[in-house]
Amino acid sequence: MPTSYSDTYFPVLVQIVIAVIVAAALVAISFLLGKHVKNRVKDSPYESGIAPTGSARERFSVKFYLVAIVFILFDIEAVFLYPWAVVYRELKLFGFGEMLVFVILILVGFFYVWKKGALDWSHEAPGDSPYGDPDAAPQSSVTKNAA
Amino acid sequence: MPANFAPSAADYLRILPEIIMTVAGVLIMLLEGWLGENKKRNLSVQTFVAFAAALVSAVAANGNPGLSFSNMLIVDGFATFFRVLVIAVGILSLFSATQYLKREHAESSEYYALLLFSVTGQCIMATANELIMIFIGLEISSIATYVLAGYLRDDKRNNEAALKYFLLGSFATAFLLYGIAWIYGTTGSTNLSTIRIALLTPGSETNVILAGTAAALMFVGFAFKVSAAPFQIWAPDVYQGAPAPVTLFMSAGPKAAAFAVFLRVFMTAFGPITSRWEPFVWSSALLTMIIGNFAALMQTNIKRLLAYSSIANAGYVMVAIAADSQIGVAAAMFYLAAYAFMNIGAFAVVTHFSRQGEKFVNVEDLAGLGWKQPVTAALFSIFLLSLIGVPLTGGFFGKFYIFKAALDANLVWLTVLGLLNSAVAAYYYLRILVVMYMKEPGEATLSLQPVGVGIAATLWISAVGTLVLGIFPSVVLNFATASSALVK
Repeated sequence: MPTSYSDTYFPVLVQIVIAVIVAAALVAISFLLGKHVKNRVKDSPYESGIAPTGSARERFSVKFYLVAIVFILFDIEAVFLYPWAVVYRELKLFGFGEMLVFVILILVGFFYVWKKGALDWSHEAPGDSPYGDPDAAPQSSVTKNAA
Repeated sequence: MPANFAPSAADYLRILPEIIMTVAGVLIMLLEGWLGENKKRNLSVQTFVAFAAALVSAVAANGNPGLSFSNMLIVDGFATFFRVLVIAVGILSLFSATQYLKREHAESSEYYALLLFSVTGQCIMATANELIMIFIGLEISSIATYVLAGYLRDDKRNNEAALKYFLLGSFATAFLLYGIAWIYGTTGSTNLSTIRIALLTPGSETNVILAGTAAALMFVGFAFKVSAAPFQIWAPDVYQGAPAPVTLFMSAGPKAAAFAVFLRVFMTAFGPITSRWEPFVWSSALLTMIIGNFAALMQTNIKRLLAYSSIANAGYVMVAIAADSQIGVAAAMFYLAAYAFMNIGAFAVVTHFSRQGEKFVNVEDLAGLGWKQPVTAALFSIFLLSLIGVPLTGGFFGKFYIFKAALDANLVWLTVLGLLNSAVAAYYYLRILVVMYMKEPGEATLSLQPVGVGIAATLWISAVGTLVLGIFPSVVLNFATASSALVK
């Protein structure tokens, strides 16, 4: 039975060492045995995949971020609801009250987001599409500078 | 057997200030959603009422001190001191913000809601008796402040400030959280008293090394929040870029609350391993004072100058922490109160003077202010003299008590170097006075409008506070001394 810290964590250390050796070995073997061919196809991100159509550093509509943030709001709510449901019987009315306060606060946030129009995808100025303007030139100046 | 979690009425009374401010903030957000964009409204009065009610209930809560919510929170003199301080800071920054928001055409109620939430977080930090509560309070306070720093979202400087503050702040919080994880792994608890007992009982040497590592990690998190070197790099950029009333708030409220948890954690939980963290705090205090003061010498932008001054002031408080004594805690409390008043006053002048779009933020722009607006200039002089540490101001007694505590703790060299630093600091504060009184009024001064009601209230309250602390220091010091015993 391991008692001290070093006894408990020694297997972890062994695993770290093995992981480092394996990783280093994989890189080293492919470097030593592999052929070194340099050309456009080899250097592309997905050699056997779909040909890239442009830079990934495009501008995205800020709405994506808003939706992502609102998603986190409800995600967190769900995370808290699970453990709460498990111990609900023991907490009784107190637990109900606490969760009620929590859910109400979340709903206030949701109401605020809704009224502020963060969920509104339909009222858009022309050229403000979340997917970018389809008629615009494929390479914007921003993308060029970034490349 | 199920544990009884149900809190008593006393528990709720002890966190009434937080409840009031949260409810007020939530109502403001509901109202904002309900009424929509069209209706002009000003919710500063409602915010003020909420702050005032919170202030009263914070004072009232001190009448029945004790632990609450299964030892998660503690209401004692120390907590009350800092709760009153941060709520007062909230009120003063509310006063100075209303006019600013109108000037920048950014009157919206979110500002008030964020201010309320931020102060709520700081109150939780002040009362927290538990590392998880400290973390939650810190996050509530910080996240609201990140948003406030970028409040004028079309302003590039605001955006830069908010992004820098957010990225670096989250990084520092991660250190704090990692430290909490380490101490939990070492002692099996996040409760400050339990950690203390675990570290006091003689155990294996490994245990103490791990606790020392935890203390170092948490030191990084706290040092960032109080802008102590070498984690102060964000402060000048953020203070300069954020809206002036937000800078006013950031440099006083979150800083005081961060020092409150810094003191409580290191004096109680890490009290038994003082020898391990004291060298860190000692060297950080020295470095903070030197970097703050010497960098301030070269600043031309007044917000940036005051930001470095704020860093230097954090250094003085770190000296008090390095002293590691009850007198040190009391001195730090007193200094933070004095610092809040004089710093808020100075930033209120900047808020007033900078005009729309913060056009005039250079020290040279203040030329001739002493002749154009003698009262404003006189009040500004009080704050600057207090920052220098001239007698009859709060800053003098603050520094006096801190260096006395340091001497009592045999930190002679730190005291000497700190005093030398104060002498250096006099130069850049006096430079502002010289510009105000001995230069011909320029374009910036001549076009200056009279002081509005909100700013005037902030200036006068801060000036009275600074002078009261300087003339009758015992009023606050007695309370601070009585509540400086953090180990119960």
